[in-house]
Amino acid sequence: MLKIDNIYKTFNPGTITEKVALRGVSLHLKPGDFVTVIGGNGAGKSTLMNSIAGTFKVDKGSIVIDGEDITKWGEHKRAKYIGRVFQDPMMGTAANMQIEENLAIASRRGRMPTLSWSSPAAQREVFREQLKSLNLGLEDRLESKVGLLSGGQRQALTLLMATLVEPKLLLLDEHTAALDPKTAAQVLALTNDIVNSRKLTTLMITHNMKDALSCGNRLIMLHDGKILIDVSGEEKKHLTIRDLLAMFEKAAGSELNSDALLLS
Amino acid sequence: MDLIIPTISQGLLWSLLAIGVFITFRVLDIADLTVEGSFPLGAATAAAGLLAGWHPLTAIAVAAIAGMLSGVVTGFLCTKLRIPALLAGILTMIALYSVNLHVMGKANLSLLQVDTVFNIYGAGNISQGNMILLVGFIFVLLTGIVCYWFFGTEIGAAIRATGCNQHMIRANGINTDVTIILGLVISNALVAVSGALVAQANGFADVGMGVGTIVIGLASVIIGEVLFGTRSFKNCLVSVILGSLVYRAVIAIVLQMGMPPNDLKLFTAILVAIALSMPLFQGKLKKRKVTG
Ligand SMILES: Nc1ncnc2c1ncn2[C@@H]1O[C@H](COP(=O)(O)OP(=O)(O)OP(=O)(O)O)[C@@H](O)[C@H]1O
Ligand SMILES: [Mg+2]
Repeated sequence: MLKIDNIYKTFNPGTITEKVALRGVSLHLKPGDFVTVIGGNGAGKSTLMNSIAGTFKVDKGSIVIDGEDITKWGEHKRAKYIGRVFQDPMMGTAANMQIEENLAIASRRGRMPTLSWSSPAAQREVFREQLKSLNLGLEDRLESKVGLLSGGQRQALTLLMATLVEPKLLLLDEHTAALDPKTAAQVLALTNDIVNSRKLTTLMITHNMKDALSCGNRLIMLHDGKILIDVSGEEKKHLTIRDLLAMFEKAAGSELNSDALLLS
Repeated sequence: MDLIIPTISQGLLWSLLAIGVFITFRVLDIADLTVEGSFPLGAATAAAGLLAGWHPLTAIAVAAIAGMLSGVVTGFLCTKLRIPALLAGILTMIALYSVNLHVMGKANLSLLQVDTVFNIYGAGNISQGNMILLVGFIFVLLTGIVCYWFFGTEIGAAIRATGCNQHMIRANGINTDVTIILGLVISNALVAVSGALVAQANGFADVGMGVGTIVIGLASVIIGEVLFGTRSFKNCLVSVILGSLVYRAVIAIVLQMGMPPNDLKLFTAILVAIALSMPLFQGKLKKRKVTG
């Protein structure tokens, strides 16, 4: 489904702020894989995800989705295959526009917009049904501006939008990090629901090791721009935080400063 | 009393400019200074065309196309060449000053001797003053309806979302370079048509007539929003048009009260500065209410 081969990314090359963020990352996902991604601050998790989404082009290596080489595609073109939820709840929705208008835009992800009316009444019932599944009461507020929603409601809506047109790949970058613990748990449960019931191929960054262990069928840890740990299947099912720390120490040859990972 | 019809007429003709400024300033969230060049560009193009014997509607259509091109230039500068939008607008505006002189051949063209869109219809039964009112009304009505329809379509919604959140709309597969350019094109087409109409109503086109148009547009947008609301897109469009009428009325009144015409631009700039800083003061007032 997703084939990333040996990608490199350096920010501000040739200047004093030069920063190598990815140094030879390769990752192959099978259809339906739900991969959690962990790693300390600055490990390159977001850079990996943004490389896939096309926020910028990688310096070297290739990215292939479902047999199609998208390495040189622009961000908007890749959106045809990729659904995204950002860390910042403000980023995934248009605040000045109605819930319905946001959903209508998301329902067209991947096809050229036309001169037909944007929010046809015919879509309303579909949207209402979908919103009902979020259990947030949003189905009665189709015409409310999204800016009036809470952060958690906005993330749930963004998740719905990202999956309204089935994405070949779903990218979640710490999408619960900005929410209070209770809301974060709700949005995470919703995520598990959607991803598992529809078998979406998913990459989810999280700072919470417990979530990283309990969600998905595979876990990778990034460190200093490289994939350091990669466990899946049965091995991942029985993995504990203690095991992870031990694996990290062995692989990196240094003690993991676990605060950054555990406390989130 | 005899000032009422000319005031409304001017308000209508300039409201096309106001809608143009609304599209960039509010919809796209860009302060586009191109208007200072595309307004006289529309006037110059129409005037030169009329003097060459074109039909007034042809002249206005060509003015609109010229306005679109100036929007393309600014759009190209700020998307493909990554020049900040404000600076891109200034560059186009400055370039257009020379272009406008070329179009007109000199700094000022009189239209008193040629047929305009305001005197070819009505067979002399309606005074020119009333014709300006009528034609202005028709143009504004058509523009309002077309804008309402367009910004409700899929493409229009993509443009509105671009002004609101570029991350979101790109993640949904829209090329924001295209939507930004499109918005600038539509905006400057309207501004140029406004210039073409104003030139015909006033009987001349002048290379300097664009000075301060951005501020006039902003004043109309903000006055309209404050007085008539922003509940929906339709509401915003109506507010902007009414804002343009109110702005003209305010100008007529202060002139009547004896303010020297030379001070008009100073007056307008102060008006806009106060209006733009309103949110800050309102915030302060609210805070005081909460704490005190
Ligand atoms: N646009 C950018 N310009 C310059 N440097 C950047 C940019 N984006 C990221 N970096 C740098 O690249 C490195 C990797 O950043 P990245 O955002 O991928 O980390 P992360 O693993 O997502 O960390 P966090 O857990 O803090 O989100 C960091 O050192 C960061 O400072
Ligand atoms: Mg990050």
